Amino acid sequence: MALVNIKIEGQAYQVESGLTILEAARKCGYNIPSLCAFNNGKCSRASCRVCLVEVKGARGLVASCVYPVAEGMEITISSQKATEARRASVELILSNHHKNCLQCEKNGHCELLEVSKLVGARDHMYEGEQTPSTLDTLAPGLIRDTSKCILCGRCIERCKEAQGISILGFENRGFKTIVSPVGNRSFATSPCIQCGQCVNVCPTGALMEHSEIDKVDAAMKAGKKVIVQTAPAVRAAIAEEFGERIGTPGTGKMVAALHRLGFYRVFDTNFAADLTIMEEAHELMMRIKNKGVLPQITSCSPGWINYLEYYYPEVIPHVSSCKSPHMMMGAIIKSYFAKTHEIDPNDIFVVSIMPCIAKKYERQREEMPNDVDAVLTTRELAKLIKRNGINWARLPEEEFDDDLLGEYSGAGVIFGVTGGVMEAALRTAYYWLTGKEHEKIAFESVRGLEGVKEASLDINGTVIKVAVTSGMSNAKKLLDDVKAGKSDYAFIEIMGCPGGCINGGGQPFVKPLFLPNEDDNILETYKAKRASVLYSEDERQVVRQSHNNKDIQKLYKEFLGEPGSEIAEELLHTTYNANREKFPDVK
Amino acid sequence: MVKIKTSEELIKSHKKFASELDMKFHCEEGKRAIVVCGGTGCLSSNSHDLLLRLQELIKENGLEDRVTANIVGCFGFCSQGPFVKIFPEETLYTKVKVEDAEEIIQKDIIGGEVVERLLFIDPQSKQRVAKQHEINFYKLQKRDIALKGNAEINPEDINEAIGQGAFLALNKALHMSRQEVITEVLNSGLRGRGGAGFPTGRKWQFAYDVQSDEKYVVCNGDEGDPGAFMDRSIIEGNPINVIEGMMIEAYAIGAKNGYFYIRAEYPIAVNRLKNAIKQCEELGLLGDNILGTDFSFRCHIRLGAGAFVCGEETALLNSIEGQRGMPRPRPPFPAVKGLWGKPSVINNVETLANVPFILLHGAKEYAAIGTERSKGTKVFALGGKVNNVGLVEVPMGITLRQLIFDIGGGIPNGKKFKAIQTGGPSGGCLTEKDLDTPIDYDNLVAAGSMMGSGGAIVMDEDNCMVDVAKFYMTFICDESCGKCSPCRIGTKRCLEILTKITDGKGTMEDLEELKNLANVIKSNSLCGLGQTAPNPILSTMNAFYDEYVAHIVDKKCPAHVCKTLMQYKIIEEKCVGCGMCARNCPANTIVKTDIVPVGKNPSLPLRVHRIDPSNCVKCGLCQSNCRFGAVIKD
Repeated sequence: MALVNIKIEGQAYQVESGLTILEAARKCGYNIPSLCAFNNGKCSRASCRVCLVEVKGARGLVASCVYPVAEGMEITISSQKATEARRASVELILSNHHKNCLQCEKNGHCELLEVSKLVGARDHMYEGEQTPSTLDTLAPGLIRDTSKCILCGRCIERCKEAQGISILGFENRGFKTIVSPVGNRSFATSPCIQCGQCVNVCPTGALMEHSEIDKVDAAMKAGKKVIVQTAPAVRAAIAEEFGERIGTPGTGKMVAALHRLGFYRVFDTNFAADLTIMEEAHELMMRIKNKGVLPQITSCSPGWINYLEYYYPEVIPHVSSCKSPHMMMGAIIKSYFAKTHEIDPNDIFVVSIMPCIAKKYERQREEMPNDVDAVLTTRELAKLIKRNGINWARLPEEEFDDDLLGEYSGAGVIFGVTGGVMEAALRTAYYWLTGKEHEKIAFESVRGLEGVKEASLDINGTVIKVAVTSGMSNAKKLLDDVKAGKSDYAFIEIMGCPGGCINGGGQPFVKPLFLPNEDDNILETYKAKRASVLYSEDERQVVRQSHNNKDIQKLYKEFLGEPGSEIAEELLHTTYNANREKFPDVK
Repeated sequence: MVKIKTSEELIKSHKKFASELDMKFHCEEGKRAIVVCGGTGCLSSNSHDLLLRLQELIKENGLEDRVTANIVGCFGFCSQGPFVKIFPEETLYTKVKVEDAEEIIQKDIIGGEVVERLLFIDPQSKQRVAKQHEINFYKLQKRDIALKGNAEINPEDINEAIGQGAFLALNKALHMSRQEVITEVLNSGLRGRGGAGFPTGRKWQFAYDVQSDEKYVVCNGDEGDPGAFMDRSIIEGNPINVIEGMMIEAYAIGAKNGYFYIRAEYPIAVNRLKNAIKQCEELGLLGDNILGTDFSFRCHIRLGAGAFVCGEETALLNSIEGQRGMPRPRPPFPAVKGLWGKPSVINNVETLANVPFILLHGAKEYAAIGTERSKGTKVFALGGKVNNVGLVEVPMGITLRQLIFDIGGGIPNGKKFKAIQTGGPSGGCLTEKDLDTPIDYDNLVAAGSMMGSGGAIVMDEDNCMVDVAKFYMTFICDESCGKCSPCRIGTKRCLEILTKITDGKGTMEDLEELKNLANVIKSNSLCGLGQTAPNPILSTMNAFYDEYVAHIVDKKCPAHVCKTLMQYKIIEEKCVGCGMCARNCPANTIVKTDIVPVGKNPSLPLRVHRIDPSNCVKCGLCQSNCRFGAVIKD
């Protein structure tokens, strides 16, 4: 890339051409406060008008997030004109912002608050009427509070980019403008897949997960046996909430914290991931054997399942009937575990700690209403730990409870990253079809963060083609082919969020503003860093294949019989709604 | 229709229809031609029925072979419409009703006698004027560039346009190189008529210089300024002229497709444009290999839903693409990355309407009109407190005084001129001291306003300038797209402060904050509309600071407009005690005192009345019902 000579604050620098002033300034060591820009300082909107700087020769101030650097450009960040302009933009935004910061769920992660501090915003400037607001709490997954929205448009762009469905857009005009699903409907009555990618980019408390901490508190108080399970991706990110660098494994400390929070049992959803593989690989083999509907598509991600029901109901026959792992776990806890320990299932309260907010919706599906009682996100768990005075830094490393559902394989761990379910399934399917383990345990070809990955596996001379994708924008092409009957894959893994669960809507926010110790390009590397936590844990496991999990083998022997048995069907499988209304009436 | 496939065929066709037109205007002995105004204003005053009635009467009286009646575009003098003009005498009848048709046919067409009562009365001399060119309103105008053909040809008949010379400029352009066409426009000094006044040729040059497989030309007909209707009239009066301008532009930059973006509230303009495009296509003047050259071009129409912001070129592009009309950040500029990411040039309707003249008559002839840095003519929609309301086309460099007092005929009812608002919501107010300033882009900016698209609203002593600022701010607040925070929130805060001031609750600190806020909006906003949104405040504060202070310190509205700060009062000495005011008062707040009116017999029941301000709703009925001028605003 060609270099250009620029001056920032009178200092000469050489930067790549094509960068925006904001990007270039960051590389040269200047942080220009900004709100609407993310993606490391490239913006397509320039709507917040916070990142204004002076450029010699330009007409007026320029928005550094969109203005490209050019040879000889002289940029001034600190002039009185520019600093006052930035402060005024923030003060105007604050004048129309619901400032209940103390109670705000985003407290501690609010970019508006941080930027206000940076620009030195004064109190009570430009006070006046507030835009009529909407508080949407109908959706199980997420909450929208437009009184906190600064109309930066990040969520709109994220939804369009990651999921290609553009649920969010601007409504009304001028001072009455809000961001909302069409017609200011609720997320619950719009075809929103509740993946929460919008929540992850929202700079303020306008978009948040629908918290269920109170439900867990109430269950504890009522003396229920509250059993917790944690999804694989949670351990890959939870440490970030306590100031550790992205990519720090948090498994042991997380388990120790859960023990200290008073849960009756602390289980790993990985066990159920292994169980899922047993059922899903079995289902795949049956489809292949009986010339059933192929390709088979995974069903672990409720965001993807929402997308399926709303936008591709024709593809439902292709989708595995397996419940997602944590729902299977809930079902097994309330049956096998309860029975073995002679506990009334009604006394058990299952909490899932998930990187996902669509799981909050999923647990309320009428097809499986009682498996799981509450879903907390990674962020909510961190809040709970902090609230209860637990010092993360001082926590020891502890093990998950080894009680019937304790063991898990490396295959289960990698469920948390795109390609993981496929890899886990291939390990087991290969074994079942050939009677021996694949000599290379890791199937590298399905790893990585590209939008669509393909691989083929030679099993006793039969070549099976598989594909892996995440994010609905990426999945669309594969799904169109499946719908048109043109897909020659045997098995497709689809995860709702780009990169899989490690980048789920319930994961810790990745905002460079709050991560001074991370690299400049952290927004490009965080997914890989989190994924590496899971791949290393897989490598460390003694058992790497789901079918070799001793507790799984025992579960089948003592309770389920074999994969696909009648009781397995009843407890571990579900159905989908081909007639889901996109815009149902508000109940 | 027979297709026009070559230059020669075009010229042949032009000659044929030109002589037909000539026959119409300079009729043979005994023949007459009647034209009726077909602009939106006149049509809404039943000019279509009037035309039908005239045609019916021609038939009834057996005059078909020597009298024709047709529709033409807009006469521009909208306050006097509907118009009927008779050729060859060029008698102009004003405010003609359907019922007047009979008299026109009987008396004028058959009897050869002018219908005096339908002639225009000059507001100053009170004399009746028979011919269009004798009316002061038209005297200083130059209506043959942008408004070319406007009140002469039938806008629904392409042949009349061809007769008047349509496509001759295109024909000439097609025989020049693309760069030569751009240079010609550059040399003409033509600047964008939409508001900012950017040199048109330079815009074209940018797009020409960018390499791309596809380029677009876009005509901005999203006229949104309150009171402005230049673009509407131009399209209604001569759609072909605008299409031709666009074609020349398309040829110059290398575009194959053009989009007209027009407000859906302009149905007549839209229909005439659609009709014109259809006729062009039928003649082969739009489509492939136009006039036998390699140039192929097609026109498309997109309707705007009426958002003011869609007049901003990047918001307009979004709207054409089917997105919400919100401005895009620049760079990239549309000339590099515009419609659907392709190089695009967006020009205002009036700008395009200037182009055929430039090509046909040459840059030199065009540049001879106007001032040093503003060439050609400008169309203004003259309105407000001025006698002659309407659409005018004047050469650049004419003074505001000439515009308001000579063409506009001065201020009605002997009131005093106070200000003229130009440039719409983005512009500002010019006052007495600016009256002798020659109108051009730079002078208006220097005087604290701008050319804008051509709205010109005259205000007299009865206008409160704080209220005027509030009016424009209300408009801007409503029309802000909501994208960027300074415009979305800042304009609302400005309006809140202005409302506070007009409600008599303002403080001098508010005035400081208002100024500060206005400057923040100006420097921080994303698009041109936001950056100019506070202009009405800044310009009125600049020129009428005293009025703001009067509202704040004296709690008075000097023009008696702001209701909270004004009250109706009865002058004791003038009141005759008739009680008309009390009888008409809807709030029952006018009471009878014990005072006997001056010069009245105390034994009569007449007593001076008084308004109790506590219940007064300030409707003004007392004032309008008082026959003795005893009720005043205070």
